[in-house]
Amino acid sequence: MKLTERLRSLTRPVRSVPLARHLLVGLIAFLVVAAIIGSSSQYLQTRYAEMAFFAIAAGGLTVLTGLSGQLSLGHGALMAVGAYAATLVLERTGGETLADVFVALLVAIAVCAVVGVIVGVPAARLHGPYIAGATLTLAVAVPRLANQWEFLGGEQGLQVPVPRAAELPVWIQDLVWFFTAAEIDQYSFLAYLGWFLLILAFVALANLSRSRIGRRWRAVRDDDVSAELAGIHLGRARVVAFTVSAMCAGLAGGLMAMNVRLTAPGAFTITLSLTLLAAVVLGGLGSLTGALIGAGVLAFLPHFATDLGESAGLSATQAAEVTPVVYGLVLMLVILLAPAGIVGSLRMFLARSSLGQTKEKTT
Amino acid sequence: MPGEGPLFAVEGVSVRFGGVRALEDVSLEVAPHEVHGVIGPNGAGKTTLFNVVCGFVSPGEGELRLRGKTIDALRPHQLAGHGIARTLQGLGLFEKMTVLDNVMVGADRLARAGFVRGLLGLGHRDDARLAAKAREVLGELGIESYAARYPGSLPYPIRKKVALARALVAEPELLLLDEPASGLSAEEMSELGEIIAGLTERTAVMLVEHHMDLVMSVCHRITVLDFGRVIAAGTPDEIRNDPAVLAAYLGDQVEHDDNAEVHPLVSTNATADGEDA
Repeated sequence: MKLTERLRSLTRPVRSVPLARHLLVGLIAFLVVAAIIGSSSQYLQTRYAEMAFFAIAAGGLTVLTGLSGQLSLGHGALMAVGAYAATLVLERTGGETLADVFVALLVAIAVCAVVGVIVGVPAARLHGPYIAGATLTLAVAVPRLANQWEFLGGEQGLQVPVPRAAELPVWIQDLVWFFTAAEIDQYSFLAYLGWFLLILAFVALANLSRSRIGRRWRAVRDDDVSAELAGIHLGRARVVAFTVSAMCAGLAGGLMAMNVRLTAPGAFTITLSLTLLAAVVLGGLGSLTGALIGAGVLAFLPHFATDLGESAGLSATQAAEVTPVVYGLVLMLVILLAPAGIVGSLRMFLARSSLGQTKEKTT
Repeated sequence: MPGEGPLFAVEGVSVRFGGVRALEDVSLEVAPHEVHGVIGPNGAGKTTLFNVVCGFVSPGEGELRLRGKTIDALRPHQLAGHGIARTLQGLGLFEKMTVLDNVMVGADRLARAGFVRGLLGLGHRDDARLAAKAREVLGELGIESYAARYPGSLPYPIRKKVALARALVAEPELLLLDEPASGLSAEEMSELGEIIAGLTERTAVMLVEHHMDLVMSVCHRITVLDFGRVIAAGTPDEIRNDPAVLAAYLGDQVEHDDNAEVHPLVSTNATADGEDA
């Protein structure tokens, strides 16, 4: 008895301060993920890395759309901005060390923050289909611009230098070896990096959405007149939300560039924007867990679907076409059976089964 | 301290929507801790006057003064900072947020934690303070037990109290209530009357209301609008006996029907619900 009380009082600072609690949960989550990544094949490691950057972008989008009520069809383009920014920095620095990587990602985030403000200010004055149209312009224009500008490599795009595992600090190599009994290589490094940043980004987004800032966003989303009367500057709240979301897209774009190792306009078409939106809807609007699930579907479904097609006796080209079919089917099923998305519907089910006793924060 | 002089003054305000004169040279003064009624037939300009005060409609002419300072250049979101709060006819509750969160949004101007503290999750103490304050106001209105519920699942009178709590929690010096009694039963209305009377300890109230029983019982002074003009102003007793007011409410009837036995301003004006232009 005494001992458990002692323990409880010892852990109280961690439990009562949200930041400490979130960091602890984040650290544990990262260790679990690292163990999984470390024991996975190279193929799966690449999928995990892909899932991580999709999740970061989807997380930013779900906060924007689910919390502040702004629809964006331009997040693929914002990822492109982040990808090009990171690539240009990596080209100049050589991109071999961990510091190079972080500098490139920070620049990607910063550039996207600026673009986010520039796009967010006019977008904040728009509603519904109009903001969708405005952000759609971004999705169409950015790949075109990248095509035109010589220093962005035109249609061929830019090669992305990738950090070599041997250049990583020794303590990281040792740490990875200690936990996973496997050497860190280029593929596992990108997976570790992706998930480390994903967890960091999600902790920040979760903090924000639970804070006064998130409360303001939800108020603006639910009733703008009342929000204004409560002293909330509608435009400012919307621009902040758009900028935060754009920064996530920038980080995701930077990571994507390192993973794909080629930054070219063809990768950032309107399809990418729509796919991100679909992932967010699939998981459940406004839910970070939903964004994670949606990103998992994005990263893994194409490969499952292709395998499925091949095992059913289709040729490789035919099997590649199974993905969009399965993807469409999944989306239709979710919208028909779980209109609030996977996480949203699950929550509603749980709330109903506990007789509304624990109807605490959902959105 | 707003000891002397009016807390809030509307001076010579005129508003035109195209060719329609919604307000014409309207002036009124609200003293600190006063309940000031604004009444008039449908379309008299009561809600327009509120919208002018809130910055939703900018007056073509005239001024608004709060504690002697001109405020008519303010945008709606700046009013809360000046201690003006308002409830809406349509309530405008945040439907996907809990009652507690709804009220906490109302307390936003008292919050101190900014973006960085929010990002790092360090605003929880500030939030706890707001939550305590919100619960206190909910408790005063007797609806604290609904704190974790969503507004959509609550009966209308409770929803109205949530809207009132959201306005009150901001600690306004001037509270604008836009038809707080609409849709309430007689019993609920008398409770509302007591609540409004109790508010004067902390704030002045401007009340737009159709229900004359309520207006006459809680207001210290009343301004009567008709076709956008002030046709009378004074205490409830003065208003009750003002011939111009009687004429406005009964219109031609006064001229033609001298046997109007029911006093229009004493009886509950139950038919006069709905939107006010």
